Amino acid sequence: MSTDSGYDVGKGDSVHPGKPVTVDRYTGGARINHWITATSLVLLALSGLSLFHPRLFFLSALFGGGQWVRTIHPWIGVVLFFSFLGLFLRFWKLNLWKREDGTWLARVRDVLAAHDERLPEVGKYNAGQKLVFWSMSTLIIVLIGSGIVIWNQYFAAYTTIEQQRWALLVHSIAAILAISVWITHVYAAIWVKGTIRAMVRGSVTGGWAWRYHRKWLRELVARPPTKEPTADRKRTAAE
Amino acid sequence: MFPPVLNPTTVPQEPKFGERDLMRRSASTVTPPAQRQTEVAKLIDVSKCIGCKACQSACIEWNDTHPQLESNTGIYENPHDLTPDMFTLMRFTEWENPDTNNLEWLIRKDGCMHCEDPGCLKACPAPGAIVQYSNGIVDFVHENCIGCGYCVKGCPFNIPRISEVDHTAYKCTLCSDRIAVGQGPACAKACPTQAIVFGTKEEMKKHAEGRVADLKSRGFDSAGLYDPPGVGGTHVMYVLHHADKPEIYAGLPNNPAISPIVEAWKGVTKYAGLAVMGVAAVTGFLHYMVNGPNRVSEEDEEAAQRLTGDRSS
Ligand code: HEM
Ligand code: SF4
Ligand code: SF4
Repeated sequence: MSTDSGYDVGKGDSVHPGKPVTVDRYTGGARINHWITATSLVLLALSGLSLFHPRLFFLSALFGGGQWVRTIHPWIGVVLFFSFLGLFLRFWKLNLWKREDGTWLARVRDVLAAHDERLPEVGKYNAGQKLVFWSMSTLIIVLIGSGIVIWNQYFAAYTTIEQQRWALLVHSIAAILAISVWITHVYAAIWVKGTIRAMVRGSVTGGWAWRYHRKWLRELVARPPTKEPTADRKRTAAE
Repeated sequence: MFPPVLNPTTVPQEPKFGERDLMRRSASTVTPPAQRQTEVAKLIDVSKCIGCKACQSACIEWNDTHPQLESNTGIYENPHDLTPDMFTLMRFTEWENPDTNNLEWLIRKDGCMHCEDPGCLKACPAPGAIVQYSNGIVDFVHENCIGCGYCVKGCPFNIPRISEVDHTAYKCTLCSDRIAVGQGPACAKACPTQAIVFGTKEEMKKHAEGRVADLKSRGFDSAGLYDPPGVGGTHVMYVLHHADKPEIYAGLPNNPAISPIVEAWKGVTKYAGLAVMGVAAVTGFLHYMVNGPNRVSEEDEEAAQRLTGDRSS
């Protein structure tokens, strides 16, 4: 966690000069946390969608049938909630909105056209990533809140039917939005080559950091070298 | 007096309706049969009910349910609410008529209304868990039910109950299994005062007319038939002495309809939702096709090396 104010740098982030330069971006813990979240989100989307529209009911077969979907969907939701909470605590500070984020967002045309050289230098996360982060945070709170209200087996007695109707409407809208944000998130990772590696191996190339998160890279390089040994040890441990 | 349904023959016979007569099937599209069966209905004449609960007992017996014995809390309802094991319930209300200052004891037999436009079926996500036959009976099919409880939210009358034993939804079947072989519902059969009668919907409306006229002649000026148009009419109807105030009968809804929230959830949300997710996916795909991947260049790597090069580690 970035404790030194001014640094837009996460825990375990460090630079390793070489050819190419590699930059540690995610610790093993962060990656495990991320993939638990990702898996539960995908399972939730699939199981939820099977109830969302009759044409998608066939998806319930993946879970062993409708009764299983009904049973496990909310429990996976609980896993997602706590797992995402972990990610939130890890990343929230780095996702605070900065002045350059407005400029970045205003030039979204250049973003989409891959004219990254025309964009302001950004820290560990760009405005798009921050939007994904905050919208997912909000949506997951809405989803767990509404999800508990419609969790018939255990919570039916605590709310009125009218409240449960609202909760169903809210839950399905929030789910649509969450799935759409997820699609955007995954697409960005596929489109920007070298990104998936950050969540798989934990590191990116220097060029990737230079091109997309130059402020982050500069801050990492400028960081007092006292932190180096720990970071290095982490890197070898992660590999 | 309305002639009771005759005892049928004991010779086994083909059911009078089945799969081929489905008008609606939850989470499925069915082609309704070209020829609709004569609509049936149960008429509950609240003014004739003496609250003996013979109908409740008959219902338990026929459906072989085992409602829990509950403790007496000083009211007549027993059990205290509909349960997965109690499909019908006598609800008692002590009502002081402001016009006459008389205490009226209102007794209403609660249970599924077999709506022409059933909210339970609209809400249900499981194909075939709720079906509606062309004679108007709405039935739950337990093999297909997933126990989600959406029907509870869809129903404007607060009827379905989810069993904690087999996790499926239960409610009055209108004794579809009896009607299929020419019998009347068990409750109607057991009722000693003919407060419950069963026949075609037309017959029931006709019979109700006579009952309403009779009540009016006795001073119940606002007596009437409860066949709420908001749900397209129902196949369980009430004769009420105060049809202008159905809510006094233990909260019988005045002008019920499927909740607009449920309509929005099952209507526009589904189409808009699929569209939004589809657009997100297609936009991504097209963007990739048009722009290709966003790659780090050799110059980027070199720049990073220059930046870090002066540092040794
Ligand atoms: C975070 C905790 C969550 C809880 C407690 C929860 C709970 C529920 C419950 C109880 C239902 C009703 C069906 C059932 O009983 O299984 C449901 C439906 C649904 N859930 Fe969730 N859920 C959560 C998260 C999510 C997420 C993250 C998504 C999507 C990404 C999602 C998508 C859906 C969808 C699409 C439906 C069907 C709604 C409809 O029928 O219109 N849920 N959820
Ligand atoms: S609980 Fe109700 S809504 Fe859910 S599958 Fe069963 S019948 Fe359908
Ligand atoms: S009363 Fe409720 S459970 Fe019965 S048919 Fe109507 S909506 Fe369905």
